[in-house]
Amino acid sequence: MPNMDPKKHAMPTQPAEQRIHNFEEVAQGYTAFIAMEEAQRCLNCKHRPCVSGCPVQVNIPDFIRLIVKGDMEGAYQEIAKTNALPAVCGRVCPQENQCEKQCVRGIRGEPVAIGRLERFVADEHNASSREAPVPAPRNGHKVAVIGSGPSGLACAGDLARKGYDVTVFEALHRSGGVLVYGIPEFRLPKAIVQREIDTLQALGVRVETNTVVGRTITVDELMGEYGYEAVFIGSGAGLPKFMNIPGESLKGVYSANEFLTRVNLMRAAVPGSDTPVQRAMHVAVVGGGNVAMDAARCARRLGAEVTVVYRRTREELPARAEEVEHAMEEGIVFCFLTNPVEILPDDQGWVRAIRCLRMELGEPDASGRRRPVAIPGSEHDLPMDAVIMALGTSPNPLIRDTTDGLETQRWGGIIVEEGSGKTSREGVYAGGDAVTGAATVILAMGAGKQAAAAIDQYIQNKQ
Amino acid sequence: MNRIVEKTPLNPTVTRMVIDAPQVARKAEPGQFIILRVSEDGERIPLTVADYDREKGTVTIIYQIVGATTEKLNHLNAGETLHDFVGPLGRPTETEGLKKVAVVGGGVGCAIAYPVAKKLHEQGCEVHSVIGFRSKDLVILEDEFAAASDRLLRMSDDGSFGEKGLVTDALRGLLEAGEQYDEVITIGPLIMMKFVCKLTKEFGVKTVASMNPIMIDGTGMCGCCRLTVGGKMRFACVDGPDFDGHQIDFDEAIARAGTYRDFERKAREEACNLFREVR
Repeated sequence: MPNMDPKKHAMPTQPAEQRIHNFEEVAQGYTAFIAMEEAQRCLNCKHRPCVSGCPVQVNIPDFIRLIVKGDMEGAYQEIAKTNALPAVCGRVCPQENQCEKQCVRGIRGEPVAIGRLERFVADEHNASSREAPVPAPRNGHKVAVIGSGPSGLACAGDLARKGYDVTVFEALHRSGGVLVYGIPEFRLPKAIVQREIDTLQALGVRVETNTVVGRTITVDELMGEYGYEAVFIGSGAGLPKFMNIPGESLKGVYSANEFLTRVNLMRAAVPGSDTPVQRAMHVAVVGGGNVAMDAARCARRLGAEVTVVYRRTREELPARAEEVEHAMEEGIVFCFLTNPVEILPDDQGWVRAIRCLRMELGEPDASGRRRPVAIPGSEHDLPMDAVIMALGTSPNPLIRDTTDGLETQRWGGIIVEEGSGKTSREGVYAGGDAVTGAATVILAMGAGKQAAAAIDQYIQNKQ
Repeated sequence: MNRIVEKTPLNPTVTRMVIDAPQVARKAEPGQFIILRVSEDGERIPLTVADYDREKGTVTIIYQIVGATTEKLNHLNAGETLHDFVGPLGRPTETEGLKKVAVVGGGVGCAIAYPVAKKLHEQGCEVHSVIGFRSKDLVILEDEFAAASDRLLRMSDDGSFGEKGLVTDALRGLLEAGEQYDEVITIGPLIMMKFVCKLTKEFGVKTVASMNPIMIDGTGMCGCCRLTVGGKMRFACVDGPDFDGHQIDFDEAIARAGTYRDFERKAREEACNLFREVR
């Protein structure tokens, strides 16, 4: 008999008043007992709507059935058939817009907690499994993967499992891309990311850190003198956007990328770290996406009073509902319908305040969301000593500027064939944020997997 | 991990290191920079390429001890290794087609100006170099500049080296004497470059300044190195580090450069104390 409780089992979390003083993971994960209870809420529908909601088509009802039977390792293997990074996706996927959105249980009540179950299964596997994966027999073909974020890791993993000799080139000193420089420890512990990378290395993938493709080495050199038969570009969307308002270059104004990189990758919050980060008292975070929530919650943990400034309302926030709730629990204040127009300096050139206009929602714009319109005469100043701009990012120009014949969109995204990731250059594939602009981990992973299949086909057909 | 091949003190606070980094040496050009980390969990710091040897696979850096990381770097010796060394980053200095150039370097900035002067000299360009230091004991690369320049003007704040005065005094002399340059290339403290650019604007001589703002990743990701050039936001790491000196908002760059000054001072003191305790 299925469990007909209309509500999904709550995720045990660190209490807000405790977690604002540490960077440890907020969500603590289901116990085996809760997971098995929750798994029984799945009706095992014939038409499997949840699977169609998943960008990598995880066999969701199948893995949930195995949890019900208590076969956690079997459940893990079921997920691992299509998902290269289950412990990561179980944590950071926006399930509410994907698998869980399609769940039949969501019509009357809450959907099955698919993401939490995925995470549980992956964590169980990671805690118990000691076996190193066995590398596939080598097929003698070399493929280069640029970037060690979600798309690159997924692509590299699939190709290595097929026997390719894969080298991942990473610009930073540590691999993982946005999973290590962007997403904070309290949402995605770095040990989990490292474990996924260790697994890939055990499969035979080589990772070359400190290698900036476009500078240290070019795509043409990789395919020429270095002898790679195909290249996958998964270089992400790293270039931060600013608002172009006065005062954005004052001391105390940061892009979310800078702030998060200092805190996450460079561990600036850890005592004794050589990398500095400003210990501000009053921080404004401008923007309403997941990156804005991450920046706000990091600033909170560094001891600041934090205000999120967003020009639309709570309904339009692009961030995951869960992240917004967590941020609110942590005492982060939201100023909705508020838009900065200027950042004001003190006499030392540091941020003193942020000048904002109040907005109201007008007609829907191209994105279908109602356009915020400024209310005349509504200027007001919010006193702040730091401002973090979390307005999105665009693809990094280094590779497109140094690769002849690689066609890109006007805004910088690499143009690819739908479904294969094939670019305008023969043997060159791309995926993830480098193609789509800033999106999600799971979409990037899906693109990496599709490209791996297409690269395999391309190399096999060439022979 | 990259091995330190050679370490040579150039003056009490400035040191030259030759680093084994074949991949960087293959591509490096004057004007580009590298980012290094001394140790695990260390800070990433940008340093401009001072020289390179493609055959030996080495890259030379010259650094001044200013903060904790350069202090720690300076405690390493030949044979030891750097944790990370990545590059070359940024765009090379454009030297093509230049027939006559004034290279103006100040202090440790001369370490960056030298490879530019050398490259120009090697391609047959007439090079007039103006180098300035606070005093004689801080002078670096004098012989190297002499070898790479058709004219070399030496300046110091206290008159203990060359003429007493600022590099702008010497450059003004050259410009007033009617020297016609295709370009002035200036590298040094922000305040010096600001006044060099102000001077050359008066004379209508195109000027390129090499900027060295605070950076983290060096690949365009963090936006920390942003500058205002010609009213537009530019990232020194990917758009520069060279920019049209007449378009740079130097006052803003000077303010931003001071963001972590207190932190750096404190961190360096802590690093010094740490080494003292070890001894």
